[in-house]
Amino acid sequence: MRRLARIEGLPIILVFLLVLGLFMLTAPNVFLRPNIYTTFLSTLPPLVLLAVGLTFVIGAGEIDLSFPAVIAFAGFVFAVLFKEWDLGWVAVAAGLAAGLLVGVVNGVLVAVVGIPSFIATLGTQFFWAGMATVLSGGKSYALRGAESSTVWQGLVGRAELAPGVAGAWQNDLSIQALWTAAIVALLWAILNRHRFGEHVLFLGDSKDVARVVGIPVERETIKLFTLMGGLAALAAMLLTLENKNFFGNQGQGYLLTAIASVLIGGTSIFGGRATIVGTVFGCFLIGMIEAGLVASGLTGALVRTVQGLVFLAAVVFYLLVDEPHRRAALLARLRRQRG
Amino acid sequence: MAGTGRADAGGFAHIVRLEGVQKYFGAVHALKDIDLAVGRNEIVGLIGDNGAGKSTLIKVMTGVLAPSAGTIHVRDRAIDPAEYSVRMAHELSIETVYQDKSLGEKQPLWRNFFVGRQITNRLGFIKVAEEKRIAREILTKAIGFRGVGIGVDSTVSQLSGGERQGIAIGRAMHFDADLIVLDEPTAALAVAEVRKVLDFVRRIKESGRACVYIEHNLAHVHEVADRLVVLDRGRIVAEMAPAELSVAELTEYLIELQRAADGAPAEAGR
Repeated sequence: MRRLARIEGLPIILVFLLVLGLFMLTAPNVFLRPNIYTTFLSTLPPLVLLAVGLTFVIGAGEIDLSFPAVIAFAGFVFAVLFKEWDLGWVAVAAGLAAGLLVGVVNGVLVAVVGIPSFIATLGTQFFWAGMATVLSGGKSYALRGAESSTVWQGLVGRAELAPGVAGAWQNDLSIQALWTAAIVALLWAILNRHRFGEHVLFLGDSKDVARVVGIPVERETIKLFTLMGGLAALAAMLLTLENKNFFGNQGQGYLLTAIASVLIGGTSIFGGRATIVGTVFGCFLIGMIEAGLVASGLTGALVRTVQGLVFLAAVVFYLLVDEPHRRAALLARLRRQRG
Repeated sequence: MAGTGRADAGGFAHIVRLEGVQKYFGAVHALKDIDLAVGRNEIVGLIGDNGAGKSTLIKVMTGVLAPSAGTIHVRDRAIDPAEYSVRMAHELSIETVYQDKSLGEKQPLWRNFFVGRQITNRLGFIKVAEEKRIAREILTKAIGFRGVGIGVDSTVSQLSGGERQGIAIGRAMHFDADLIVLDEPTAALAVAEVRKVLDFVRRIKESGRACVYIEHNLAHVHEVADRLVVLDRGRIVAEMAPAELSVAELTEYLIELQRAADGAPAEAGR
């Protein structure tokens, strides 16, 4: 029993399976067919990359609100170089560099200048989103014919496991899911087994302790935000390529969903505890709610409401389960009110 | 682990020696003309009122703060103050156990033992099995935790206050510290827990190491220290052996010191 409880992300995995079962009952013609799952392979990766990066950031007791702007800015840099200059993989490298740059700036503002990350990244969010709008002149870039490029095929192409069978789901397996899975596995190892991951968790636990045990706090904080910037840039490029279109506010829907995925997964809002497995299942759940509510015949307008509700319920749940002293404080408050 | 004969190794008289150390925070003169030498196997108790400069002094001694002036010698060798850091202090076998600030609450004990100097492969990935094995050894042999349901996977938040100090001191001993600095290790502890901590302090001495021990509770420090250093408004005002004064006389002396300070406020501004 204790062994079972140690499985990383167990609560969220159970909830995920429960909700999946529920949708299989309410919308069997969608959730009992393979196509919805192959669709997830091409729509979820950007969310997963963002949420996994945020798992590090939140685990370190920080927050990054600037990633929607990175999706705009890095997406723009990539799109313009790819389309107007026809630079192919160089455009990919430039898009990645743009994201890393935003990350470094965030890191320096937080670690060296000493601005709380909430404020610092709120500011850079406006700055880089504004930058993208100014540079693109508010235009969107349609990447027509992108699917014939090696960039498109290499990053978001489809693996054809049933060649010649038109419309078979086996031919709709998106490569980006493969890349995402590899990156997630690597980041799991870094968080749980690498020196950097351990430093991130100690930073989230207490900055004072981190300093006293000899962790280079400033350097690790800059690395942390740089990692997030890079992942957001990657998400931006997958998104732009998959849609074959860049538009300025393509990142905006991700702010709530990415943060919610992390916290639903069981990473502590107070830092010091973080789970990649939980985050990935959190993404699955958030993505599935969207598809499932619509497929079950409910209005799409409910999606955000339900996601917000799940988000809050999860945060309260983890607060009570994982933070014994906070649970005790809450119970004491309730008792005082009754007495 | 109980390294006997440690005191014979190496050729130095003082593990750390401060000469003419000054520390300013802006216009505030926090440390004035500090001359303090810590022998290789002695327990130095650092006492004084709140704001006397005890914490500032050990922070300078352990590389957390740079002195404004003066020199620091480690094992009789002068250290460049600009280069002195927590990391360098670790490399020079100086470890500090701060009250409430030495351990990551939510992290398992094995991570707490090695954080900051993990055993890794070339790519920086931690050798978890090896770290856990050594952590288990420290836990049972050096610290003497047996049974009581505490293992290397337990988190710090599951431990009592005394056990936490034990873990932090055990970690310092494992890394072969020659000097262990303790910052009020018995503050806010129950009586039984205090006894455990004082036993840990004695272990430091028995294993041939030196210890600087900041303490508010005069009875505790009087019990274990070889030498008491009294700090008052940034200055060392007295040094004595505990045998010279009883706890009651020591208390009387400190109250007298305080009264003199209140009577001469001009002194503080100088």
